[in-house]
Amino acid sequence: MSNNVLVVAETQGGALKKISFELIGEGKRIADQMGGRVEAVVLGHEVAGIPEPLGHHGAEKVYVADDPVLANYTAEGYASVLARLVKETEPTLVLIGATTQGKDLAPRLAARLAVGLASDCTGFEVQDGEFYITRPIYAGKATATVTQATKPYMATVRPNIFAPPEPDTSHDAAVENIPADIGDIRANVIDMIKEAGERIELTEAGIIVSGGRGLKAPENFTLIEELAGVLGAAVGASRAAVDAGWKDHSYQVGQTGKVVTPTLYIACGISGAIQHLAGMKTSKYIVAVNKDPDAPIFKVADYGIVGDLFKVVPVLIEEFKKMKAEA
Amino acid sequence: MNIVICVKQVPDTETKIKVKGGQVDHTETKYVVNPYDEYAIEEGLRIKERLEEGKLTLITTGPERAKDALKSGLAVGADEAIHLVDEAFEGSDPYSTALILSKALEKMDYDIVFCGKQGVDEDHAQVGIILAELLDIPHVSVVTKLEIAEDRKSIVAHREVQGGHEVVEAPLPAIITAQKGLNEPRYASIKGIMAVKKKIIPEWNAEEIGVDKDMAGPGAAKIKFTEVTLPPERVGGNVFDEDPVQDAIKVAHLLRDEAKIL
Repeated sequence: MSNNVLVVAETQGGALKKISFELIGEGKRIADQMGGRVEAVVLGHEVAGIPEPLGHHGAEKVYVADDPVLANYTAEGYASVLARLVKETEPTLVLIGATTQGKDLAPRLAARLAVGLASDCTGFEVQDGEFYITRPIYAGKATATVTQATKPYMATVRPNIFAPPEPDTSHDAAVENIPADIGDIRANVIDMIKEAGERIELTEAGIIVSGGRGLKAPENFTLIEELAGVLGAAVGASRAAVDAGWKDHSYQVGQTGKVVTPTLYIACGISGAIQHLAGMKTSKYIVAVNKDPDAPIFKVADYGIVGDLFKVVPVLIEEFKKMKAEA
Repeated sequence: MNIVICVKQVPDTETKIKVKGGQVDHTETKYVVNPYDEYAIEEGLRIKERLEEGKLTLITTGPERAKDALKSGLAVGADEAIHLVDEAFEGSDPYSTALILSKALEKMDYDIVFCGKQGVDEDHAQVGIILAELLDIPHVSVVTKLEIAEDRKSIVAHREVQGGHEVVEAPLPAIITAQKGLNEPRYASIKGIMAVKKKIIPEWNAEEIGVDKDMAGPGAAKIKFTEVTLPPERVGGNVFDEDPVQDAIKVAHLLRDEAKIL
C-alpha cells in the first residue's frame, strides 16, 4: 500500500472537466499529509494532450489508457481498466468526481475491488493515517462523517466544493501508458441525444437562476433564461414547476432533483419547500424574489426582494447588463 | 418476463431531520416508499401491461416496518413481495445491502431488476450498481426511458447525462436504476388496497438465502458512519419590501459590491 492519492480524471469533448482539477488540488492536500503524492489516470481515445494540464495543476504522474475501445464511456470497461491500475499501484485513496459518469462508474469499481465507497463527499480529514470523510445525507438536511474499513479508501467528490489549484506551467507529470483491457462490455452506448444549445450542468454551475410556480406559465421561463444568459448561469426549476410539466426533470433542484452548491443562487417565484431548501441552501449567496413576504425561502436568503417577479427580474436583467457593459 | 423491483422504505421527504447522540433520531419519522422506487414499480407494471405477460415481484431488506413499503407496491399491482428480514441485516452498508439482495435474487428467476437510482435517506446511490456487479450482469443507471426488444432478450434505455441523453443497449438480464421522469406513478385503487390484505408476504432470513452473519450488518460494513450532525442553520439576511424596482437595483449592486459576484 502506497500513500498516494489516485484521481480519476474526466474529460468531455476532448477537454478535462473542472472537477478533475478540483480533485487534483484536494488530492494533493491529502497526499501531502500522508507523505505521498497525487497521481491521475485518464481513459479515452486520442487523449495525448490531457496529461499536461493535470501536471500543471499538481499531478506527479498520469496514467493514460488511450484506445478506441475507451472512446465512449462504459461502466464495465472503465471499471476493468481502473481496477487493474488500483491493484497494481495500491493508492491509499481513490477520488472520482460525483458527476453523471463518476456516480455510474464508482460503485462498479468499488464492488469489483470489494471496497467501500463514500458518495458525493464534501470534506476530507486525515487523522493517524485514517480518513474521516464528510458527506451530506438526506439531501443535505444532515451531514455524516464516514470512515472505511477497507483499503484503498474510495470516494466520489461533489463538484464545486474544492477550489482548483493555480496551474504552474513549470510542473510536469510523468506519463505512463497502461493497457486498455476492458473485458466484456455488455451495456453499450448506441446513440446520444443532444439537447439543442449548450447547457451548463446544474451541479457544476457557478451561478444558478431558478424559477418556480410564481412564473405562472411555462413560457415565462424565458425570463429566467434571459437573466441566466446575462449572468452566464445555469437554469433551474422547483419541483412544482417540473411536476406542472413546465421544465424537464433534469432542471429540478431539490431532494428528488439535483443538490447544487453554486456561488450564487437566484430563486424566482419559489416559495422554498423543505425539499427545495435541502437542495440549494449550501449555495454561497442566495437571492430570493417572491410576492409572499412569509415564503420560507426568505429565511435562507442573503438578499430577499418581496415583490412581483415580473417587475423585479427585468430590472435585474437591465442592471446586470449595465454592470457588464461598465466592467 | 420476470421483473423484480428492489424497494426501500425511507423517511418521507417532508421529514425534518433531527439528530440525537450523533445519529439521526427517527422516533418521529414517517416512512414512505423511496420516491425513485415508485418509478421503478410503475415501470415494471407498464412493461407487464405492454407485453401482456410477466410477473412483478418486490423485494426489500429492512426491519418489520419495511413490510409497509411492500404492501404499497402490492396495492398498485405488483404480483408478489418478499421480505428479506433478519436481525443480522440491520445496519448494513450499501455493499452488504446489495449482497443480501444478490443472494435473494440467486434464488429467484429474473429477467430485469429495477432499483431506484438512490435512496433519499443516506443518498449513497450505490446499491443498484453494486448489485449488478455482484450478479455479474450489466446495468443502466438514471434511466428516463426504457424499451424492451421484441425478442425480449435485450433493452434500450435512455439515461440522463450532461447535455442530453445517452441511449444504451444491454442484454437481459440487466439492472435498471430509475430516475424521475421515467413515468408518472399511478395511485393505488381501493380495490388494490383491499386485495393486499389477502396477500401473504413470505419472509426470508439470512440462513435461507445463504448470507453468513459476518457478511451483513455493522460488523461487515465497508463504510461506517462515525457521526451525524446537522449543518449550521442558515440565517436569512436583508429582505427588501419597499419598491420592487428600487429593491432590485439595490440587490444587483449588493451582489456586485458586497458579494463580488460579477
